[in-house]
Amino acid sequence: MKIKLTFWKVVFIVIMVLGLYSTVVRFFYGLGAVSNMTDQFPWGLWIGFDLLCGVMLAAGGFCMVGAVYLFNVERLHSVVRPAVLTAFLGYVLFIVGLMFDLGRPWYIWHQLIYMNPHSVMFEVGICVMSYTTVLFFEFLPNVFERFNLQAPIKWIKKIYPVLIILGILLSTLHQSSLGSLYLIMPSKLHPFWYTPALPFLFFGSAIAVGLAMTIFESTQSAKAFGRHLELPVLVELGGALLVALWVNALLRFEDYFHRGLLGQIIKPSYEAYFLWLELALTFVIPITMLSFKKVRLSPGGLYLASVCSVLGFITNRLNVSVIGFETYVGHHYVPKWTEFSVTLMIVAMGFALFGLAVKYLPIFPEERHPVQQRLRTESASVVATPVLGHAGD
Amino acid sequence: MSKALLYDATMCIGCKQCESGCAQQNKLPYDDKVAAEPVQSAHKYTVVLTKDDKFMRRLCMNCEKPACASVCPVGAMHKTKEGPVVYDVWKCIGCRYCMVACAFGQPKYEWQSLNPRIRKCIMCPDRIIAGKQTACAEICPTGATKFGERDDLIKEAQGRIRQNPSTYLPRIYGLNEVGGTSVFILSSMKVEEYGYPASAKIGDTAMPEYTGRVMERIPDFIPVWTLVLGGIYWVSHRREEVAAAEAEEKKQHGSGK
Repeated sequence: MKIKLTFWKVVFIVIMVLGLYSTVVRFFYGLGAVSNMTDQFPWGLWIGFDLLCGVMLAAGGFCMVGAVYLFNVERLHSVVRPAVLTAFLGYVLFIVGLMFDLGRPWYIWHQLIYMNPHSVMFEVGICVMSYTTVLFFEFLPNVFERFNLQAPIKWIKKIYPVLIILGILLSTLHQSSLGSLYLIMPSKLHPFWYTPALPFLFFGSAIAVGLAMTIFESTQSAKAFGRHLELPVLVELGGALLVALWVNALLRFEDYFHRGLLGQIIKPSYEAYFLWLELALTFVIPITMLSFKKVRLSPGGLYLASVCSVLGFITNRLNVSVIGFETYVGHHYVPKWTEFSVTLMIVAMGFALFGLAVKYLPIFPEERHPVQQRLRTESASVVATPVLGHAGD
Repeated sequence: MSKALLYDATMCIGCKQCESGCAQQNKLPYDDKVAAEPVQSAHKYTVVLTKDDKFMRRLCMNCEKPACASVCPVGAMHKTKEGPVVYDVWKCIGCRYCMVACAFGQPKYEWQSLNPRIRKCIMCPDRIIAGKQTACAEICPTGATKFGERDDLIKEAQGRIRQNPSTYLPRIYGLNEVGGTSVFILSSMKVEEYGYPASAKIGDTAMPEYTGRVMERIPDFIPVWTLVLGGIYWVSHRREEVAAAEAEEKKQHGSGK
């Protein structure tokens, strides 16, 4: 077998090599050597991006499972499998990321025996563990179909209603609880982002991002794997995304209105600049775009609006987890390059695994017999480009 | 029988005996270099700060309702009935939620270690159980750091303010902050100038309540939401089932004839 080196393959290899270097630094020299985290900034990029954004970006799984299996919207059936695959990979990689961030990851199983039910982190931990298991079972039919194992498919089908309801229940709990994590820091987190409504905002944004990510991922897969684009499905998702963005925008407005902050958020300040960036990317630009029917019916327009809103929500979560603490702490936190490189490595692994799964498993329903020659290995890193560029935002 | 510490900044002479006593008690390195460090860290649980010839001690407040204990996913921190908020290193997974949750920024981390621990003043729990004072209170030459029953110390602090109203600011820092702590501070200067969070900012609400309000709803939320989701599933799939059942019936009728 001949391996052809392409630009993106080289990029992928570079990311992996740097990532492995950082991994060695992390596990042989400690968190202090690999990151710019300090006693004042104990949570950095790995919590802000890998945890908060990672779990949000994987929300497409429960959104699409909810739409197709819970509400029985058959028209969206073709996007369920890729969405579940993305979610499953997302959660597995999120756990990989956690192994870097936890100071004593070898004791992570303590979570199962020393339980503190008052802790939001405990709830998130248990939900993420359980939901990853649920996603594993939701993903399994792909493997069984690949090897044509009919009996286990039947078993899974029998428990599918339970899996669906359990999956959505767990997702509701931990997506919102990621916001609740910050409820205990009223004196530290900047009022632009500290609000009792945090759990609602986090859940709302998870749904919007779930829809946007599904559009993003369908478009990317179509490009990378030479599939034909199912425009009616994307258009439907785009409409839902517009509604979800409006609901999110109204929630945010209500929150600022009730806390009497509307005057403050328009005054220029360090935090306000980040808030404006966030609001522009999350709401102003994509809502304006999607309000035009022409955009809502074009694959390119839908793609751009989705990417824009996803970047906006990522900015939001980084504002909550990093920018919102800088005034309290009194200095800036800028992640070390090794922190970026670990995050990049994890994201790149996600794209590579997605590519492999699509290649060997019947993820896209209309292509039950994937043509091996057409799907070259580098296709995985081809999709990686747009997201990799923003992974560290 | 909760114990507490009363630190009276006006009696402090800045000798840093409490720093060295604390280091000795907790088997931490202490020399001139450490003594000169003006910040708390994983190897310095307490620090005496100097500003305009006036001194101020910083240490873990050992809150009555500690945020660190409530947020820890594995319950590695807990408030003992004697007063100290202690740490069980074996349980700790290193998530550092206690560090971000603490309003006083007290838990510190061994960033350079490969098996890092949270480090903070734990108010000498072994000494207290043995009937002794904390190391810092015992070593203090002027009585600026005083150990005793929490209730007695509150009365004493109130008495000192009453007797010398011109010396002290009329407040006991730690009495009501975040629902009360086990360390009280009396001072002629605002404690905020030494890095303590302002009372108005942290408020009198016990920190665990902020998340508790949400967490206590979860046991009710789970069954309700499961029922709602199950209901939606049942309704949205009912039509299919009816159609399938009718088709089945027709088929049976057809084959029965």
